[in-house]
Amino acid sequence: MSHAINNLLTAMADDALIQGHRNSEWTGLGPVMEEDIAFSSMAQDKIGHAWALYRILQEDLGGSDPDHFAFLRNEKDYRCCHLAEQPNGEYDFSLLRHFLFDHAEAVRYGRLEQSTFAPLQPLARKLKGEIKYHLLHANAWVSQLCRAGDESYARMQAALNRCFPLALGLFEPQEGEEELMAAGVYPGEKALQAEWLDRIYNILSPAGLNLPGVEAVTPAYGGRRGYHTEYLQPLLDEMGAVFRTDPEAIW
Amino acid sequence: MENNQSLDPRVNRLQLSISGDPVVVRDGENWNVFEVFHQEKRGAHHEHVGCVHAPNAQLALVFAKEQFGRRKKCVNLWVVRSADILAFNTEDEDMFANNLEKTYRDASGFKVMEKINRYKKSGKE
Repeated sequence: MSHAINNLLTAMADDALIQGHRNSEWTGLGPVMEEDIAFSSMAQDKIGHAWALYRILQEDLGGSDPDHFAFLRNEKDYRCCHLAEQPNGEYDFSLLRHFLFDHAEAVRYGRLEQSTFAPLQPLARKLKGEIKYHLLHANAWVSQLCRAGDESYARMQAALNRCFPLALGLFEPQEGEEELMAAGVYPGEKALQAEWLDRIYNILSPAGLNLPGVEAVTPAYGGRRGYHTEYLQPLLDEMGAVFRTDPEAIW
Repeated sequence: MENNQSLDPRVNRLQLSISGDPVVVRDGENWNVFEVFHQEKRGAHHEHVGCVHAPNAQLALVFAKEQFGRRKKCVNLWVVRSADILAFNTEDEDMFANNLEKTYRDASGFKVMEKINRYKKSGKE
């Protein structure tokens, strides 16, 4: 059982860390100052979520030091999904990814408030307000940009088409998932995905965007088993560069 | 038509005419300035803390939250379009010029602290 919980928490934490790092690459380059600050601040939040989960791995499941675990693993030991690994590209892609990612977080943490794995309950409650703001931000932008003329609308639809199969990778089946479902740790990836699809449909549809059918696309699976895109290794090299100069330093 | 040379994307997106025709700014094309008011605790006054640029009031509130609501204690924020605020012209400042002479209007002229202290003291006894 602890092996399965380990898998789940590592996947969640790695998603948050890698997505947070990607979003932080916008710092100083955001489209306008106000958005730059908001997006950077939310990137920090995500890295905070990752840290909190690495702490649970350390304190409750005998894992290693969060900093070492976050920065010194080999690429194949990360469990993040391919969505988070993608380079930022243009702002439409980054925003749509942020929208899909954060709705998935909202669904997941919403369910973890009732988890039988005790440390997840207070964490889920603590992050609720932060995630609520992330959704407010993402929903406002998606609705606004879909009403901002032909080019803007076309870019949002194209970004959605590109992000959607990648985002399904957020719900790649986890090893030992059935065990966790039986024990009431969480309801399983399939149930989370169904809830997520409902939620995003309710925002995307009024904005006039067409959500591709799940059956019509190939989900980008592999991340949960350590198979990653070519983009992860360069990200890890850069993210851990300073840490690796002196892993024992106290910051 | 040529784009203007400003580095500000809100400005250089505008198609400015060389002939000097008035520029028509469509809704959402150029962002508005919104004034932000911060409330520190429930029931307290909202205090002006600065401004944000935003395409509409909803996004102004989204921006204001990270701009002004992420450090010190905050329970709510207001945003209002700066253009919706009615103010006096600066040259009308003379309307207020003689205020300093009219000290009889200062509430500080009323000596009530003695009474208040006496009341407080009587409550304790």
